[in-house]
This record gives sequence, C-alpha cells and structure tokens, in this order.
Amino acid sequence: MVRSLLPTILQTLLHGLTVLLLPPLLPGLIAKTKALMAGRQGPPVLQLYYDLAKLARKRAVFSRTTTWVFLAGPVGGVAAGLAASCLVPFGHTPAPVSFEGDVILFAYLFGLARFLTILSALDTGSSFEGMGAAREATFSALAEPALFLGFAALAKATSSLSLGTMLAFPGSLATRFTGPLILILAGWVIVYLAENSRIPVDDPNTHLELTMIHEVMVLDHSGRPFALVLYGASLKLLVLGALILTPALPRATHAWQNWLAFYLALGGLAVAVGLVESSMARFRMTKVPQFLVAGVLATGFAFLLMLV
Amino acid sequence: MKLYLLALLAAAASGVPGLWMRRRGGEVAVGLLGLAGVLGLWASLAVLSGGPGGSFAIRTASLGTPGLLVVDPVAAFFAIPVLVLAFCGALYGLGYWEGRRGNTPALRLVYGLLVACLVLLVAASHILVFLLAWEGMAIAAFLLVMAEDREAETRRAGWIYLVATHTGTLFLFAAFALLARTTGQSGFAALPAGLAATGAGTALFALFLLGFGFKAGMLPLHFWLPPAHAAAPSHVSALMSGVLLKMGILGLVRFLSWVPDPPLWWGGVLVALGALSGLLGVAFALGQHDLKRLLAYHSIENIGIILLGLGLGTLGKSLGNPVMQTLGYAGALLHVLNHSLFKGLLFLSAGAVLHATGTRDLERLGGLGQRMPWTSGAFLVGSWAICGLPPLNGFVSEWLIYLGAFRGLGLGRQAWPVVILLSLALIGALALACFAKAFGAVFLGLPRTGAGAGAREAPRVMLLPMGVLALACLAIGVAPLLVMPALGRVAEALGPAAGAGLSALGGLGAISGVALALGLLALLLWRWLRPVPQAGDLPTWDCGYAAPDARMEYTASSFADGLVRGLRWALWPVVHRPRVSGWFPRLTRYESHVPDPVLDRAAAPSLRLTVKGAALLRVAQGGALPVYLLYVLLTLLVLLVWMVA
Repeated sequence: MVRSLLPTILQTLLHGLTVLLLPPLLPGLIAKTKALMAGRQGPPVLQLYYDLAKLARKRAVFSRTTTWVFLAGPVGGVAAGLAASCLVPFGHTPAPVSFEGDVILFAYLFGLARFLTILSALDTGSSFEGMGAAREATFSALAEPALFLGFAALAKATSSLSLGTMLAFPGSLATRFTGPLILILAGWVIVYLAENSRIPVDDPNTHLELTMIHEVMVLDHSGRPFALVLYGASLKLLVLGALILTPALPRATHAWQNWLAFYLALGGLAVAVGLVESSMARFRMTKVPQFLVAGVLATGFAFLLMLV
Repeated sequence: MKLYLLALLAAAASGVPGLWMRRRGGEVAVGLLGLAGVLGLWASLAVLSGGPGGSFAIRTASLGTPGLLVVDPVAAFFAIPVLVLAFCGALYGLGYWEGRRGNTPALRLVYGLLVACLVLLVAASHILVFLLAWEGMAIAAFLLVMAEDREAETRRAGWIYLVATHTGTLFLFAAFALLARTTGQSGFAALPAGLAATGAGTALFALFLLGFGFKAGMLPLHFWLPPAHAAAPSHVSALMSGVLLKMGILGLVRFLSWVPDPPLWWGGVLVALGALSGLLGVAFALGQHDLKRLLAYHSIENIGIILLGLGLGTLGKSLGNPVMQTLGYAGALLHVLNHSLFKGLLFLSAGAVLHATGTRDLERLGGLGQRMPWTSGAFLVGSWAICGLPPLNGFVSEWLIYLGAFRGLGLGRQAWPVVILLSLALIGALALACFAKAFGAVFLGLPRTGAGAGAREAPRVMLLPMGVLALACLAIGVAPLLVMPALGRVAEALGPAAGAGLSALGGLGAISGVALALGLLALLLWRWLRPVPQAGDLPTWDCGYAAPDARMEYTASSFADGLVRGLRWALWPVVHRPRVSGWFPRLTRYESHVPDPVLDRAAAPSLRLTVKGAALLRVAQGGALPVYLLYVLLTLLVLLVWMVA
C-alpha cells in the first residue's frame, strides 16, 4: 500500500517544494538576462530571496486611511496562487489535485487574487493606486476571453476538462506542433506577459508611477505584506508558466526526466521573457488593448481550427 | 401541504395586526413572517429531500382540472428564496423603515400580501390561480415601489413599472389562452409530443418568453427594472431583485418542463438572450453612479447567466444529451437561489449605506469601511459572491454552467457552447471590475463628502439579516454537495435526465477541499502578518506627496472610464465636458452618465405615442349625450341592415 503510494507522495512533495521555493528565482533570472543583454553585471540571480528575507524582518507602515482590506490583497494573492498551483501539472507530471472542471477553478482563483489586489490598492485612497487598479481591471477583462478560448480549444482537442489531461496535448513533440497548438500558445504568451505585468504591457522597473499598472497598485505596501506581494507575483510567473510550458514539453518515460525537462523549460521561459524585455519597449497604454485582442484572436482561431 | 398553506396564511396576515396596534406592529409582522418561513421551509425541504409533495384542490367542476396548488420540487425550490428573503427583509425593515415614515402599517400590510402572493404563485398549478397570484404580486410590488411617492423620481419609476408589468401580463394572457386551447384544460399539463415544432408551439414559446421576459428583466425588456429597484425601499428592492425577477424564471422553468421535445433553436434563442442580457447588463452597470441602479443592472446580468444555463439545458434536451441538460438546468436553478441570496445581501447593505449617509451617489461616498465595518464586510461578501469567485456560492453555479458548456463542445459543430463560455468569461471579468469599483468607491479610501464622514454603523437588527444571508452564501460555496441532491430533483422536473448524477460530480468535493485549503492558507498568512507594530499615524504615501485628500482620489467614474469608453458603441454615454482654457481656468464640472437607451429611446417615445394615439380616439367620445344616442342608433341600423341582408 505504502509502496504503491510512494511515487505519488514524492511527486506531491516535490510539487509543493517547487511551489514554495522556486518562484523567487524566476524574476532573478529575468533580471540577469536583461542585465547581460544591456552589458551590465546586474543583481545576483538570488536577489529576490535576499529581498524577501529582509522584508520579512522589517516593520510595515500603514496609512491611516487603510483598513483590513489593505492586507487582504497580499494574503489573498498568495493564498489563491498557492491553491491554484495545486491544480496545474508541472510538465508531464500529475498535478496534486485534479478533477473534471478544475480548469475553471484555476482561472477563477486568479480572478480572486486580482479582485483582492485591486481592492487593497483602492483602500489606500491614493490616486496613483486607483489608476493602476482601474488599468488592471480593464486589461484583465480582455485577457480572460483569450485564456478561456484557449481552454475551449484544448478541451475540444483532448475531450477533457481537467488541466492534467488537457495540457498533455496528444501526439509526439513533432506531430503536436500544428496550427492550433501554436496559436493557443501564442495567445497565451500574450496573456502571460499581461498577467505578469511584463514588457510590452507593463514595465516592472519603471520609475514613472503614471505609466505603471501592477507596481503602482502596491506602492503603499511595505514589510511583510510587501514580501507577500513580491512572492505572489513570482508565484504567478511560475504557475502560469507551467500552463504554457506543459503542452510544449516532450513526454519522457521517467518522472525525473519530466521534472528535469520542466525545470529547464522554466529557466528557458524566464530567459525568453528577459530577451523580450531587452529587445522591445513597452506599448503606449492605448495600444495595450489591441495587443490583448491579438491574443483573443489567436486563441479564437485556434478554436476554429479545432472545429474543422 | 397543510404546512405550506399555513405559511401562506401567516404571510398574508403578517401585516394585519399592525393596522390596529399602536406599537410593536413591526415585530408582530416579523414574527408572523418568521413563522411562515419556518412552516414553508419545513414543507419545502421535506419535498426536496424526496418526500411526497402535496396538492390542494377545491372540488368544483367549473374550475376544470382539480389541482389548484401543487408543492412539487420546482415549487419547493423557488419557495425557499421567497421565504428566506421575505423574513430577512422584514427584520431589516424594523431598523430601516419603522418609526421614520408615516405609512409604515400600510407598507407592512402590502409587504405581507406580496409575500403571500409569491408563495401562492410558486405553487400554482392552475392557470387562473397563477394569473391571479401574478397580478397580485405585480400590484403589491407597485404599491411598495411607490412607498416614497412624494418624490417625482419614485412616481415615474412606479408608473413605468406598472406599464411594463401589465404589458408582460398581456402576453401571458395570450399565452395561457393559447395553452388552454392547445391542451384542452386549464390546469398545468405537459404538452403533447411534436407540438413544439408546430406553429402553435412557436407562438407559445414566443409569448411566454415575452411575458416572463418582462418580469425577469431580460434585455431589451428590462427598462422598468433599474428605476424601480432604485426607488423602492431597500428591503423591498432586495425582495424585488432577489425574488420577484425570479418569478419570470419560474414561469420559463414551468413552461420548459411541459415541453418534451423543444426544437434546437429554442435553446439558441435562450442562450442569445442570456448572452445579451448578461454582457449588456454588466456593461451598463459599469457606467452607473447610483449604487442601487448599479445593483439593478447586475440583476439583469445575473438573469442573463440564468438564461445561459436554461438555454444550455434546453440545447441538451433537444440534442438528447443528458449531461449538458442536467448541468445547464442545475446551474441555472442554483444560480436562481444564489442570486437571491447575494443580491439580497447587496441590496440590504446598500440600504444600510443609504440609511447612514442619505445618498446613493457613488461619487459622494467613500471611506465607509472604517466607519461601518460590518456593513462593509457584508457588501464585500456579496460582491465576492456575485463576481463568481471561489469559495462562495456564485462560483458553484457558474462552475456547473461552465462544465456543461465545456461538455457541449464535444458535440459536433455546435456554436452555442462557445458563446456561453465566452459570455461567462467576459461577464465574470467585467463584473469583477464593476464590483471593485462599487466597493472601492463606497467603502475604501477617504470619505468624499460630509455624508460619508458622519456615517455610523447600522443597528443590529439590520446587520443580523445581512449576516444570515452572508453565511448562506458561504455555506453553499464551501459545501456545494449539500444542495446537490435537492437540485438534482428539481432539475429532473425539467426533463427526464439523470439529476442524481449531480452528486457524483467529483469536482464538488474537490471544490470544498480547495475552499478549505484556501481558508486555511489565508488564516496562516494572516497570522504571519497580523502582530504588526503600528508606526504612528501616517498618511498614504502618494508618491511623495504627503497630504493627499479625498478630491485627489480616483472616483468611481474614473475607475470605470477605460471600460465605458471601450464600450461606448454599446452604452452611448452622455458626457458633459467643459472646455478648459486660459492660464487660470475657472471652477468647472465634468459629468458622464450612461442613461438606459431602451427606456429613453424606445420605451418612453412609444409610450408617448400610445398616449397621443389614445387622444385621437377621444374625438369620438366628446361627452355629449346626443352624440352617444346617435352611436346607438347607427349601431342598431347597421345591425338591422346586416340581419336583413
């Protein structure tokens, strides 16, 4: 009994450890790539771990305007992200929790995180944070259809409603990459960049509050709440990254090969994001909706291709 | 059945003692409605848990088939929100309405009668009883909307409502007449197979859809809804939005349950109307500044979601796909219950805001979270649930509809499931934006005017019903398996599909698990954050500016501006934007409104045209007796000529 359950337990354990420990590495990799591309040395890859450790020891500052809702954003963001991470497979390894219809729960958990983040931004009464919150709400309304059209196309292709089987796109690596999957992944990369507030939608390193989206919503957070915000953002990079990477990964026979492939691909994704950020500027705010609509169109065409 | 009838009587009588009592009339009414609630819930839950229903009949030949009232699963299911919300609303009314205005006893009486009509209506199984209860409900609701008829806005809202509801009833008269002709009896009975595809079937569908669509607030027949919900006292708004609109859905559910073989296009029409109502409902809500109007537009959105579910179920029924059918119908029905819970909660907390501040204008509120913590918590729970976010009840019903639509994708080249999926996804995202705006503008940040700054928490008697509704939202969200057996029985009434399969859905247990995990994680993280030493009384760090004030805050309009501007092709916002010029521009004012295009551009002009047309007829009726005698003479002459010829 125990012997037969052991692989599952180990897998789940590894999944949990990956979720808890790995995320802060990704922003570090992106930053390093950008620095190297710009000919700088840049901060160490582990910088975010140091930051988190430091923030955890720091005292937080609260504005007199805020209520408990101010803390609900960071808490809800991390809790929802962790809950969502249980539903998604990391590469071709099974997700800890998997059931028919988990894909909807997955998408709505991120909705919950967004809702609470927006509210905690509005709680400060700051005009800048209100601006960021309004942008976040507006742009995510366009990202949502792209995500769901992609799900619809995958559900059609695999006749399944569980992320575990949906993302394990049928066929070998060579035969898998046909029109639909390419289009889905293209649309989802756009969603990925938008949801994670990366260039060309948002610039996490900008110093002009008027142009920011996500970063401006957390201007007033400090200390431990801010540590949660940063960890939550990196968690989102990991979990949504798993969503894009899994269908594109080769299927190996041994579990360790699958894990290795996933980790390598994740690193590759971070480097790719860094390369995108180094090679282009962010769009004007008015162009962002068009970019997101391109994502909707890509996944929409993917779905149409699945029909024929 | 006896219990159910007793509940009916208790509800009808609830306002009567208060007519003579000088004091405590309200408490008596609440007590009687509570009694009605206990009796009615007992009867309903007995039926829903698989017990035998009952029927009530008066044995007279003239009424046709004997059953007048039947408590079947559908009736029992729709009775639950009626009884719960009626009690919560009455209790809330003690703090909200009693002792402040003059017409309290009359309001209580009509409130009780409205509840009795609703209880009667859900169980009606005879055309006459149904129409009587329907009319009683419409008139009682009209009287309640007119409670504050000293204000011109209220009077206008009341008249529009009266006209709209009677137009709908007119369609229902036609529909039921046709139904009685087709089936040959005046009780509710299943239609013969094959009828739905004929012309009579099509006419029935169209008439019922129009008649019930008016009541449900389906687009574009919704125009009466926002003004009426905004003008009514808040506990009445809660009852209207939570329960009255659902009577339109009840009618559609009853009709669909009689049709054994709906044509494929019926489902398509329902889905299309649902998508239209859902998307435009939430889009219009985004443009509102009036808190209660905003909530009213969200009722339209949720009716859209319910119609999407009904459409999905009907598609499944036509295609012979029991999974799609059960999931669609079950999702729609559960959303009926859920919406009445969270919308009731939202209207009650909006009423508490109105009670405390005297305004419904989002741009004048703000910062109430610090002053009214319990009310703000209640509104947050309601917003959370209405956005369909886990782990509250709105998520469960939307999840069922999503699941059904995803399953429907596998069936050949059906386009409708994708329409449902996309609409639900977009509605969800827009509702999230809209409630972030509403909650943020009312409860977060700084008070924008003195109205918000002087607010105090609502009295306990108003908070208690909100707490009950909030807990109900949480309970269904965390433990959806509890309601599934009952839901399966109701869904079975709509078709021969296996409703029992609902409880076997593996996802429901997992949703509970994830909900609990989410709660536990949040608690742990909260504990980690919570023992925070406060570093003194500090302002918001407004990017270095240390004295931010309320006038610099992002307003509700500016929050929604991006989306409203993106949707201006559908919303037609009216923007008043003065030109700012010169080195020292003078004080100026920017305004943007999103009026209801159907009311302003279609319904109101056509109403004016009708009145004008009626004025033309007046020429024939001048009031002069000789002319009338002339009419009589002429008529007799014509008849004589006709008879001779």
